[in-house]
Amino acid sequence: MQLTVNGIERELSTPPLDTLLNALREELGITSPKAGCQQGGCGACTVLVDGEPRRSCLTPLVAVEGATVTTVDALGEPGNLSPVQAAFYEQYGIQCGFCTPGFVLATTAMLERSPNPSREQILEELAGHVCRCTGYVKIVAAVEAAANGDVSQAALEAGATGPSRHEPEVLVSGSPA
Amino acid sequence: MTNLTDVLVPTSAEDAAAAFGDGSGLTVVAGGTIVMPDIMLGRLRPERTLYLGRAGLDRIERSGGTCRIGAATPVSALVNGAPEPLASFAAHVGDREVRGQATIGGNLCAPAAATFSRGDLQAPLLALDARIRSAGSTGERTDSIEDFLAAGPDGRLVLEIEVDEPKRASSASVRRPHAHAYTILAVAAAETAAGTRVAIAGAGPRAVRAASVEQALAGGASFEDAGQKALDDVDPRDDALASASYRRQVLPALVGRALEGLSS
Repeated sequence: MQLTVNGIERELSTPPLDTLLNALREELGITSPKAGCQQGGCGACTVLVDGEPRRSCLTPLVAVEGATVTTVDALGEPGNLSPVQAAFYEQYGIQCGFCTPGFVLATTAMLERSPNPSREQILEELAGHVCRCTGYVKIVAAVEAAANGDVSQAALEAGATGPSRHEPEVLVSGSPA
Repeated sequence: MTNLTDVLVPTSAEDAAAAFGDGSGLTVVAGGTIVMPDIMLGRLRPERTLYLGRAGLDRIERSGGTCRIGAATPVSALVNGAPEPLASFAAHVGDREVRGQATIGGNLCAPAAATFSRGDLQAPLLALDARIRSAGSTGERTDSIEDFLAAGPDGRLVLEIEVDEPKRASSASVRRPHAHAYTILAVAAAETAAGTRVAIAGAGPRAVRAASVEQALAGGASFEDAGQKALDDVDPRDDALASASYRRQVLPALVGRALEGLSS
């Protein structure tokens, strides 16, 4: 079974009816797609297949033969985050991080298709992604910030020297830190 | 024993029909959204599997007042590509990712679940008087959607679904609490060459045609009175999303609303 993962052609020995999620995590050691509910109901396993978000837990490997798969690992790296990654970081759209790869990938794909999504479109397109920590206010704020290019240089460079010392300058008054 | 390796991948409809044979011992996978969790959790243990994703069954053709939809067409392609009320129902299946993966054939053949309703697209297909072309041990044949649903999908491989464009179409539904909630109650209505057809999803294990509503309407009943007749066609059940009592109260109003939508 041949497919391209994060720009590298791979020959996989995972059986064709096993899931793309298992192939990525168990055979390739790419653990950013999370094994959450494993029945398509939480969004944490989302990856991009030929640029479109897909549930890797519902995708048999045979369905992606010859396809291009992108995980969040390919979007950026510490010190050089993608705008969507930086916006999630800067807007506090992340707490435990379990849902974050799915949200970031779905957001990235959405902004490729429609660079200026309405709030309704954001809510509709991300409706399949569940977050149990932050609530969705800050996640939607992060998506809007990414769409508006409202991302600081410091956020884009976050993580360059280990745990970042960068802090956003102003917290919303009264919001829990 | 789950066999994850013996997967047939036909590259044409003819090859798919030949590989399917009479379907015995074969698990059909198209989008995978229903069968993959069952396989991974060991509830379904395929001996052999037929993967339909490369059989060229993913096209929608609309011409001459008829729409032909390949069985492996993703639900997302129906949202802007199929006639109403199928398009509206498709837009309310799952979430964006699931719609991109789930197929109309899988939705049509979805096994009934004990505690919730599956197969939302069955209702608009009933309203549109769809014809189901399938293959099996006795060769290819075309059934009415009602006959197909009554007999069940066992032993049949759905190849194509055909509907005539309706003169008018309409739908009404209870809003789902979440993108992953199954339909609570939804009504599809269409004005076809054979008259007004109405179908209900969410009241039971699979969608049901509301024949009593149609008869009342043909007999000149008001939308409101015709809507009340829906309770002669279905016996709504309880599930985690809504009680049977709630469904009984809401259904007549939804049917009435769908019928009003047909005339506006």
